Amino acid sequence: MQIDEPTEKRLLDCTGFFCPLPVVKTKLALESMKSGEVLKVTADDPGAKKDFPAWCSATGNGLIRTEERDGTFVFYIRKK
Amino acid sequence: MKEKMTIIFFSGTMDKAVAALILATTAASMGMEVTVFFTFWGLGFLKKGRKFAGKNLFQRMLEIMLPKNRNSLPLTCFNMMGMGPWMMEKLMKQTRTPGIEELFGLAKELKVRLVPCSTSCGVMGADRENFIDGVEEPAGAAFYLKEAKEAKINLFI
Repeated sequence: MQIDEPTEKRLLDCTGFFCPLPVVKTKLALESMKSGEVLKVTADDPGAKKDFPAWCSATGNGLIRTEERDGTFVFYIRKK
Repeated sequence: MKEKMTIIFFSGTMDKAVAALILATTAASMGMEVTVFFTFWGLGFLKKGRKFAGKNLFQRMLEIMLPKNRNSLPLTCFNMMGMGPWMMEKLMKQTRTPGIEELFGLAKELKVRLVPCSTSCGVMGADRENFIDGVEEPAGAAFYLKEAKEAKINLFI
């Protein structure tokens, strides 16, 4: 089966930032993007693992893929 | 209609201001309309300078005892005559935890509403011109309760 690889329009590096900065910066970054475009966010706040799925579900933006490598998370978010 | 959240910021201490701002900015980032209602000691957060307009003796005493502005708020515990907040600020910088200024800047960018309680303003002798820019007209309990009634999340901090 072919998996649709998310191709990001923009990259947002939130490594080194604690809550609430990763989600707040994500919200601000998405403001300048078009509906359907994908934002790739990297974060190493341990809370991000639960925060991003919650934030995406509350805002209706699509969390299309999550990766975790050595304590750093990568989230691919498709703008609503 | 947008979902709403309200916070009554009553305590006026630095640690609780950080907690209130974290929740306010996160809720706003989730698309909620956030109103922070500043009552009693919370008014200290909105102060522009040392002085309030009140001319009453007790109001002048309060003016001297209240923090100068949002950057000189005491800690809820371990204040130690100002040593506590100083250490906490250093610690937050070291750990790259967002402080009052960064969070407040984001709150303004996300259009968090800042409303002072009119009764508290009356008691403390504070006028609107004693407050920083971006603060709305003072309002009373009826305004707050109407907002709270429409909001899903209401916090008292």
